[in-house]
Amino acid sequence: MSSFQEIVFKLKQYWAQRGCIIQEPYDVEVGAGTMCPETFLRVLGPKPYRVAYVQPSRRPADGRYGENPNRLYKHSQLQVILKPSPADVIEQYLGSLEAVGIDLTQHDIKFEEDNWEAPTLGAWGIGWQVMLDGLEITQFTYFQQCGGIDLDVVPAELTYGLERLTAFLQVKDSVYDIEWAPGFSYGDVRFQDELQFSVYNFEMAEVGTLWKLFDLHEGEAARLLAAYPKSTQEAAEKARFPLLPAYDQVLKCSNLFNTLDSRGAISVTERVGVIQRVRKLAVGVAHAWADQQGAAQ
Amino acid sequence: MSLPFLLEIGTEEIPDWMIPAALDSLRTQLEGLGITARMDATPRRLVARAEGLPDRLPDTEERVNGPRKNAPEKAVEGFARKQGVAPSDLSVEGEYYTYLRKTPGRRTIDVLAQALPGIILKIAFPKTMYWTGKTGPRFIRPIRWIVALLGDEVIPFELAGVQSSDLTFGHRRGGRASARAGLQSRFATYEQTLRDNFVILSADERRKKIEDGIAGMGIRLKPDLPLLETLVYLTEYPTPILGEFDPQFLALPEEVLITVMRHHQKYFSVEDDSGHLAPRFVAVMNTSADPQGLVRRGNERVLRARFNDARFFWQTDQRKTLSDRVADLAHVTFQAKLGSYLEKTERVVALVKELGGDEHAQRAARLAKCDLTTELVKEFTELQGVVGGLYARAQGEPEEVWQAIYDHYKPESMEDSIPRGTTGRLVSLADKLDTLRGCFGVGMAPTGSRDPFALRRAAQGVVKIIVEGGMTLPLLSLIGGDPQLTEFFEERIKFYFRDVRGFRYDEVNAAIAAGCSDLPELEARLLRLQKIRPSPDFEPLAASFKRIKNILRQAGFTGGAFTPTLLEPGPESELFDEINRSAGQPIETAIGALRPKVDLFFDKVLVNAPDPAVRVNRLAMLHGLLEQFRTFADFSEIVTNS
Repeated sequence: MSSFQEIVFKLKQYWAQRGCIIQEPYDVEVGAGTMCPETFLRVLGPKPYRVAYVQPSRRPADGRYGENPNRLYKHSQLQVILKPSPADVIEQYLGSLEAVGIDLTQHDIKFEEDNWEAPTLGAWGIGWQVMLDGLEITQFTYFQQCGGIDLDVVPAELTYGLERLTAFLQVKDSVYDIEWAPGFSYGDVRFQDELQFSVYNFEMAEVGTLWKLFDLHEGEAARLLAAYPKSTQEAAEKARFPLLPAYDQVLKCSNLFNTLDSRGAISVTERVGVIQRVRKLAVGVAHAWADQQGAAQ
Repeated sequence: MSLPFLLEIGTEEIPDWMIPAALDSLRTQLEGLGITARMDATPRRLVARAEGLPDRLPDTEERVNGPRKNAPEKAVEGFARKQGVAPSDLSVEGEYYTYLRKTPGRRTIDVLAQALPGIILKIAFPKTMYWTGKTGPRFIRPIRWIVALLGDEVIPFELAGVQSSDLTFGHRRGGRASARAGLQSRFATYEQTLRDNFVILSADERRKKIEDGIAGMGIRLKPDLPLLETLVYLTEYPTPILGEFDPQFLALPEEVLITVMRHHQKYFSVEDDSGHLAPRFVAVMNTSADPQGLVRRGNERVLRARFNDARFFWQTDQRKTLSDRVADLAHVTFQAKLGSYLEKTERVVALVKELGGDEHAQRAARLAKCDLTTELVKEFTELQGVVGGLYARAQGEPEEVWQAIYDHYKPESMEDSIPRGTTGRLVSLADKLDTLRGCFGVGMAPTGSRDPFALRRAAQGVVKIIVEGGMTLPLLSLIGGDPQLTEFFEERIKFYFRDVRGFRYDEVNAAIAAGCSDLPELEARLLRLQKIRPSPDFEPLAASFKRIKNILRQAGFTGGAFTPTLLEPGPESELFDEINRSAGQPIETAIGALRPKVDLFFDKVLVNAPDPAVRVNRLAMLHGLLEQFRTFADFSEIVTNS
């Protein structure tokens, strides 16, 4: 039986052998691996790219104080970007499942329609949820648009739910019972995160402070975007302009939005407006990035 | 020579619900080429097969006229050169030089090679994607291989970087691993080759395989045809398996359990002998067998986790009653311009009161939308209403109240039933009427196929509830006098009686012309109209009514005094007597006597009499005849053969 970490090793190995750069998790809080610059920005423009990384993904509203066996505030995604998507991409994906020890001739695998959309990122794609014996283990998406930009080169995005996949392989009913490493369960490693962040997100996060932080990060991102050189004459200025830091500010906003949401501080009416604010920044960064990287070629 | 044709478009998994329409679209386009094909599909392939195609199209001849026969030599030479022939190849027909251009029929394979790429890309899908690049072809999912054969020959073309060939592919993991390199196809053996590689091409056969498999399990299934269709098009080699769950979960409402199984897991539910839910389910695998029970146990584990979630939500939600949630509706937007659900609730309660709803109905209206704030409905949105009803029952609300909440989204389609009691019907009507009035009021009437608030369904539901609930309500005044909404409702009323109830369109038009505000009364008239239609007097009389209407219109008749003394004895007086006799009689008894008198009148009497007084008098009498049946139907709308 493979431990959680061994499954991660095997998947990384598998994708490394297929030309992927193996990245480490991005060090700013995100709700999904898609939001990391390695996906969000790299899918823009014509340059081919292949990358795989594990990304802890924070969804404050999904926290359950460590009591629910299947729902987590912070779960781990393995994010794989293949740009452009190879013609045998599904075959390669199935191979990765076999690489972690799933004998697909003994199991039921289905690709069920599930088109992905992230309104805060101005991103959407066409794809499936991949079902293994009735369990959704992967989201498979052909990106069509990102940051409001139609993509020149269509990447395939594979997002594996690592806890689910491991629970499946280890035949465990609770995520907390899966073996992370010999002698250590997932609960040993992560239970305190789940408990304490649930308490914070649902009970103690100070709404006023969070809004203040949101405004500050939004302001900083907007300030940078406004300063991005418009003219082609400023090529040198453009090339060194700090868009990656601007994007970090957007990610901060997004995480604060999710925390405020879980705190019940955003009404449905407000919601649309706040999503628009984040989206505007994300789209702004994407356009500037496409311009900057295009100019650098 | 006659050749078989095989086209297989190999794709990544197409959404199940789009497949039948895609096949129809492909079939129609092939018919445009003169090919009548048999269509089949699995999630990974759209297939057309036909036999008896000619190897080439017939030769054609075209006569091209040139210059006059007395034209200068230069002109004749010029014409010949243009046709690519020598002047000696021309002939003279009548006054002109002509050239008989013979075009040999093109080879069918060339015609197909040219036409198929366009045809494939024109298959209609509700949503498409690009995958080779922004300017590349669009299809529902990437095309990965194409088999195109005429006889044994590959029809050569390229599409989205894929070259047509004679290689097909089997099930992704069924069959031999070596088969993943591609399997050679021939028309005659194609279906068997697929079968050997765990692909059942025929949807009928896949459906039968599922049904037979379930029949062999010795259980009673909750029938679910839409789910069966989904599974037929979600699999290439379906095999049903029987799983179990902990009977403790049966303490949760059946509605919740079934929704989890059906919508989230695509499982069939199983009933015990008394029709109650049994702690079992049927899943359909896309593979041939589960010898070690791995797939069964996997599905059982997933279901257990899902049921645990549902139980958690069910218990959490109970901590706050529906009536304590009314105020929370202020934070749930109904529609930006129409305010929150709290505001909607206030309007619906008032409308229920106006419709004569009692305290129970008003209570139900007040609580109806509260389940939108529950965790269970956030998780299972398709259970809105139902969950509210279940919570209301658990919280001790009277039966009338909880049932009304439970039912108030009904009917969700024209096949669905209406709410079971008067209370539920009133709440449902008020909710839908409020949505319709509100949306039309802020200019959100549906346009074309765009109907994001499902207003057609709402109006259709209103009509169905009023008619089938036998409710006497002044529909048109409830609409509030908005002419656009009135017209919209008339369309829905026509649709309901025509397409749902099966009345003939001209009968519906005739009956509606006599009023459609009181729908049960309209229904009664329609039923009577339908019954008298076959009587031998009806259609001739209807034809006469149409004639009368035309005469009145042509004469510009707007009214006039009727003077009995101006009547001529004979057919005219007899008709007048018959009109008087029939007054107040039901139409069923009146038409038998009226018809011969009307016929005789038109046969013998000239309406346009030279004496204006007589003419106007006759018109007035005929007008009176039409008026007599005006409240029943406008017979001139009836389409007759005569």
